[in-house]
Amino acid sequence: MSMKKDLAFIISGAVLFLAAALIPESLSVFKLIVYLAAFIVSGLEVIINAFKGIVKGNIFNENTLMVIAAAGAFIIKEYPEAVFVVLFYRVGEMFEDFAVSRSRKSISEVMNICPEYANLLKDGQTVKADPEDVKIGDIIVVGAGEKVPLDGVVIKGKSFIETSALTGESVPREIGENDEILSGCINQNGVLTVKVTKTFEDSTVSKILELVETASSKKSKSEKFITKFAKYYTPAVIAAAVLLAVLPPLLIDGAEFSDYIYRALSFLVVSCPCALVISVPLSFFGGIGGAAKQGVLIKGGSYLEMLSKADKIVFDKTGTLTKGIFAVEKINPVDISAQELLEYAVYCENGSVHPIARSLREAWGKSVNTDLIDSAEEISGKGIKAAVKGHIVLAGNSALMESAGIPYEKAQGGTVVYVAVDNSFKGSIIISDEMKEDSAGLVSKLKKAGFKKTVMLTGDNRDSAERAGQKAGIDAVYSELLPGDKVEKLEEVMNDPSFKGKTVYVGDGINDAPVLARADVGIAMGALGSDAAIEAADIVIMDDKPSKILTALSAAKKTMNIAKENIIFSIGIKVLILILCSLNVVGIGVAVFGDVGVMVLAVLNSFRALEKHKEK
Amino acid sequence: MKVKLRLKDLCCANCAAKIEDKMSKVDGVESVTVNFLTEKMILELAEDKLDEILNKAEKIVHKIEPDVKIQRI
Repeated sequence: MSMKKDLAFIISGAVLFLAAALIPESLSVFKLIVYLAAFIVSGLEVIINAFKGIVKGNIFNENTLMVIAAAGAFIIKEYPEAVFVVLFYRVGEMFEDFAVSRSRKSISEVMNICPEYANLLKDGQTVKADPEDVKIGDIIVVGAGEKVPLDGVVIKGKSFIETSALTGESVPREIGENDEILSGCINQNGVLTVKVTKTFEDSTVSKILELVETASSKKSKSEKFITKFAKYYTPAVIAAAVLLAVLPPLLIDGAEFSDYIYRALSFLVVSCPCALVISVPLSFFGGIGGAAKQGVLIKGGSYLEMLSKADKIVFDKTGTLTKGIFAVEKINPVDISAQELLEYAVYCENGSVHPIARSLREAWGKSVNTDLIDSAEEISGKGIKAAVKGHIVLAGNSALMESAGIPYEKAQGGTVVYVAVDNSFKGSIIISDEMKEDSAGLVSKLKKAGFKKTVMLTGDNRDSAERAGQKAGIDAVYSELLPGDKVEKLEEVMNDPSFKGKTVYVGDGINDAPVLARADVGIAMGALGSDAAIEAADIVIMDDKPSKILTALSAAKKTMNIAKENIIFSIGIKVLILILCSLNVVGIGVAVFGDVGVMVLAVLNSFRALEKHKEK
Repeated sequence: MKVKLRLKDLCCANCAAKIEDKMSKVDGVESVTVNFLTEKMILELAEDKLDEILNKAEKIVHKIEPDVKIQRI
């Protein structure tokens, strides 16, 4: 029924109710008739719904309970109370609908990344098509302001795309030919022609929506508790109501049936467990939805719960804390300028496609005149020997210097390229994997947030691992590990007897699958578009930012708090009202608040979980 | 196979929980999630029992919430 129609019934019911109350007692029959009219007007829908429920064999639904309570009040001649029950219940229901529809609306805003159509290119013309009908290899056109409907590769055009719906990142990303493009992004200015690489079902957007929607299947302990509680709650309260109506009048002298029946009727009103059942899952759903808005996908309430209880965090190095891109960090020239040293190294390694050679060329920044290179040969596992500008140049690791018998100065940190020209040592170049900007300070923030132990596991050599660990402020670093060793080390950390909390593992998702799966909570980084990572991890950080771990953490803590508040609040108020009703301190009107009022407040409270999670 | 049903006008959270509980006990249903907020039921089920399960789903949903409109999506 529409809100307006609802309101009309409620107002007319309330007017009749007031009129009835004003009729003098002497006209008792007339008064009763007006009360009955008020009851029917405000309660008709409740009665119809109750009847429908009974016909279908679902006897103890909320509506029947309300009708029994109201009818009971009529029978014991508490007419105003009878009308009050249905009237109040309707008002409460209206608020409830409002609160629920507000939550639904903001959830659907989060989920509003789903594209409605794709501009399919067919025989040189674009046709609007359902994204589900587009096949791999089809060509689609994405105009300015349009949502990218399917994953693909740009084959023509240049533009900026907004990825905020997927990553929470507000700065638009530049995109051009041959770049991969993900569904759910919004094309800002240019027109892009895209070759589709995934069906709609497998596209990023569908994956994300599905994850958020089915997140409730991984239920947290608090969710399980409340569903179980609700299962026993209603029958228990109804049984208590029956006992309350029958026992005291039989056992206590002077206790009246009508008095105790009235108290029992209030019990029936409070017996609906809806507030309990909705508040906890709704908090989790809100928490998951709010995190998704910021580019953190959480696969279920149970992971939020475990994350909030974690006190150990284990990081992978390359690609997680560091960029995974090598760059020249330091040049140590000997009897030569830094530029000259770099030039020799670049010329020597010109033929190499190794990431180290690439980083040298990048640092050098100028083009290489290949005429100046006479010969170059690779010395396996050591480096390269080349004839450059008439000099014999050696560039490589310490073993290369040693085997050539050249005395050299050992350098520390990262990967070191030693350079010798005509058998004399000219210096070294240190290349290292850069830390991500927001890795700095992360560890101290995590410690403030309650983590007691931080560990780094990496396959990288000890020297660079320890330097990176030091920079990030990690407690313990284990280096030169094979993928299998990582699982073993992780288990060691998990079983650490001095810290009893849960263990989080943060990896880059592509080669860390077994470790991600083994940890209590596996967080995959920069996993946008990587199916393997989305499969293996429990929490997926869509962009590359380690600081999003804090976002996930604050989402977890906030959600757990709200869920706890809701459990304590809704059970507490209900029990309190039950006690007060049984003592006849409060009447049936307050009992109705115990039903719908608590529900509305719990829904509004869970709503807070959807707000943006701020890092503290 | 995966089947999604829209449960329009699903208005009571406890009913959603009851529907989920009842559906999870239906023969051939591997997993079921009833999402109260998105008004959806997502079923993982044995394909050969599809029709039977959909019939059961209709009965269960309407027994608990008579006014809900079910639509397969």
